[in-house]
Amino acid sequence: MPVVGKSVPRKDAWDKVQGKARYVDDYSFSDILYATTVRSELAYARLNGIDTARALSMPGVKAVLTHVDVQGKNAVPLVFEDEPFLAQDYLRFHGEPVALVIAESYEEALAAAALVKVDAEPLKPVLSIREAIAENAPKIYKDDNCFSRYNIKKGDAETAMKKARHIFEREYETPYQEHAYLETNGVIAVPGLEDSMAVYGTMQCPFYVHDAVAQAIGIDRNKVRIVQTTTGGGFGGKEDFPSVVAGQAAIAAKLTGRPVKLVYKREEDIIASSKRHPGLIKMKIGTDERGKIVAAIIDYYIDGGAYSTLTPIVLWRGTVHALGPYECQDILIKSYGVATNKVPCGAYRGFGSPQVIFAGESIIDEIADELKIDPLEIRRLNGYKVGSSTATSQIIDQSCGLMETIDRAAAKADWKSKWQAPSSKKGSTRTGLGISTVYYGVGLGAGGKHLDRVATSMTIMKDGSVHCAIGNVEMGQGARTVLAQIAADALGASYEMVNVVETDTALVPDSGPTVASRTTFMSGNSLMIAAAELRPRLLHVAKDMLGETRDEDVELIDGWAFSKRNANGQRIHFKELAQKLYAYRLMPSAFGWYIAPDSSYDKDTGQGNAYFVYSYCTNIAEVEVDMETGEFQVKRITCAHDMGKAINPQQVEGQIEGGTLQGMGYATMEEIRHDANGKMLNNAFATYILPTTEDTPVIDPIIVEHAYDRGPYGAKGFGEVPLMGIAPAIANAVYNATGKRIRILPIKPEKILGLE
Amino acid sequence: MKISLKVNGKKYTREVETNKNLLHFIREDLGLTGTKEGCGAGECGACTIIMNGKTVNSCLILAVEANGCEIETIEGEAKNGKLSKLQKAFHENHAVQCGFCTPGMILSARALLEKNAKPTVEQIKEAIEGNFCRCTGYQQIIEAVQDASGQLKKKEGLKRA
Repeated sequence: MPVVGKSVPRKDAWDKVQGKARYVDDYSFSDILYATTVRSELAYARLNGIDTARALSMPGVKAVLTHVDVQGKNAVPLVFEDEPFLAQDYLRFHGEPVALVIAESYEEALAAAALVKVDAEPLKPVLSIREAIAENAPKIYKDDNCFSRYNIKKGDAETAMKKARHIFEREYETPYQEHAYLETNGVIAVPGLEDSMAVYGTMQCPFYVHDAVAQAIGIDRNKVRIVQTTTGGGFGGKEDFPSVVAGQAAIAAKLTGRPVKLVYKREEDIIASSKRHPGLIKMKIGTDERGKIVAAIIDYYIDGGAYSTLTPIVLWRGTVHALGPYECQDILIKSYGVATNKVPCGAYRGFGSPQVIFAGESIIDEIADELKIDPLEIRRLNGYKVGSSTATSQIIDQSCGLMETIDRAAAKADWKSKWQAPSSKKGSTRTGLGISTVYYGVGLGAGGKHLDRVATSMTIMKDGSVHCAIGNVEMGQGARTVLAQIAADALGASYEMVNVVETDTALVPDSGPTVASRTTFMSGNSLMIAAAELRPRLLHVAKDMLGETRDEDVELIDGWAFSKRNANGQRIHFKELAQKLYAYRLMPSAFGWYIAPDSSYDKDTGQGNAYFVYSYCTNIAEVEVDMETGEFQVKRITCAHDMGKAINPQQVEGQIEGGTLQGMGYATMEEIRHDANGKMLNNAFATYILPTTEDTPVIDPIIVEHAYDRGPYGAKGFGEVPLMGIAPAIANAVYNATGKRIRILPIKPEKILGLE
Repeated sequence: MKISLKVNGKKYTREVETNKNLLHFIREDLGLTGTKEGCGAGECGACTIIMNGKTVNSCLILAVEANGCEIETIEGEAKNGKLSKLQKAFHENHAVQCGFCTPGMILSARALLEKNAKPTVEQIKEAIEGNFCRCTGYQQIIEAVQDASGQLKKKEGLKRA
């Protein structure tokens, strides 16, 4: 493999280091209009009317849109379609879009927006999970404030719990997390001929946006084209939300007949876009005398906010992963996605897992502590190996590197000589080590399998360069590079000759979303299918050019064809092969269509092969705590990841380091606060605190490769995993240093001192 | 109001509204879109430029305040189509993911290297502390700055120090 497994430079870095990459706000059109959004000031209210007259009379204003102007259906097409593009009848969260002001300049739109009068009658909002599930809670969604619920029933957990030698019962809470991608949400909607509509924008899921635009303005999908622009980070935050922005902009563009730019300011991006769901996790774990888990009963609640968006599938993933990578024959998991009058939550790196991982990895640490077992050993005792049965009774049949990640991380972090029980710590400055182990189902799993497909197209150009269109997007994670590596090796082209272009719905059919750490695996496999169709045609022409008689006597690798039999040094460049391919009039293009390996799930018992394969990791955090002030520093995090195969090791390290720091933000500083009326208080970077270089610990990535036989060159997928287990590793390290157990994130000095 | 200023060595004279910030002036009036708006409030560093030798958040400065100033943006970093040492180091060390923070990050790093040719890791961290990056965890960026200043042992980066 000439390039797979090598740290070749990114395809997009050349432009990005020069400031030449063009993000959505860098584009303009000659007759463009600018839009801004009028938002709800209330968390919950009946909407009686919207007075747009004064705003409409302002200079430069072309239109003020409300729900009555929606040409198609006023519902964002995600799972349940309960969210309107523009509020209608009710206002359900502080920051909800109510109207859109369209003007010749952004400043004119902004000035007029302040004059739109929203007539609304305040209602008592529901503002937390506990309020929403309380018996006498006001009902804001159906008759139980619950968007969705799941059960996993494996064996008989109640009976097994009774027989357990030790029982541990704990409650954990996790906060919101804001994605804080550096580029805010934004699109430009451009009306075209014959009532068509093109939308350019920053996004993870052009095909969701495609659905949304078609539905918002009521036109056929063959008239809608979505072009993804260079995307300044996503992390899940541009999965569902761009559908809202694009739908609104398209409504405005259709109404005015002119291009409309709708790019968010940071404050409105934080107030209105989706977040990581706050979680409440009640764990009850039974073990035998050695710490072997014999029963688990888990209740998992997430705060979905005002609309369901992706809550049902976020909850499903969290439910499946709720116990962590531990064997247990008797499990009962119940989960609830509840409605509140706050910003709708959606996808965020880990997708419902980091919450339960915090709980699961904390309680196993608590069990180890009480039973006086090394936290690493309790994970070796219970953790998945090949042959283990998951919570859904799936047998892990291959590609399970969990134990190796534990061993390698422990060796690198020097666990054996450094780890000491908390009782032995003394002094005013104390250090601690904490561990977490994580597993993660790659792809959409049984919960989203109908979407788990990906298309690619591959065309050999006349000059020998190769053009690939993909259905998954580059959002900074490096997809265009990794997929070019896979395409090059699979076809026999050189890496330099392969160009994987940004996603355009006009080039490939609906390929589902770019989420769930699925891109390398899904698009990689899809490109391999296309390459497998084209390669024999190249071998066929190469055979003639090399004077061979059989295709199988020809090799094609890294842009050159040569004879396998005859080592006379004659070789033919890809460019010449391409020219001959066209001269032979052989089809130079192929489509790849890959569907994920099968998965299954019984909705009554929660049993089945939930995901086709899992990735694994072990994190070891080292902290230093000042016992007088509670101030702490994360000094080092060692992260060993099994992703099957590192197609580009340097990029893998970049994913590990970046995800780990995001996880550290979640663990130690990030949270969204609301006042008693449900107003968000910290929708700015001055008040929503993010990790900077000064917070950054040494992050030590370790690559572990337990190949998956259906993956492209053995790769699974792991982009989300680096974030997921960092919070419990740090919380466990803080406990190890101080003896103080933090069960509510984020970890803060006040909590370490027991003041909060 | 009419202002004159030098951007990347080129002189510009433009009529500008007095309430327009320098970031929007550079992006909209001069068409230099390499400088990014991440927050508009001086918190994220995506709009970092060099003004009279010092890094500033261009979103916090009015365009009229830049009258008579010398400004450098990311567009002036490569010379005659050749990447600067810093740009090359960012490219080679995978210091770029989504790329939105990259222009500001490179300018902060450049201002550092102009004052201090061999900065320590702590000095690099301090120099780019005002530049948020949500993708990389900063390590590969710090390694790139070390590399640009001739201090990176290949395959022996910060993380293995």
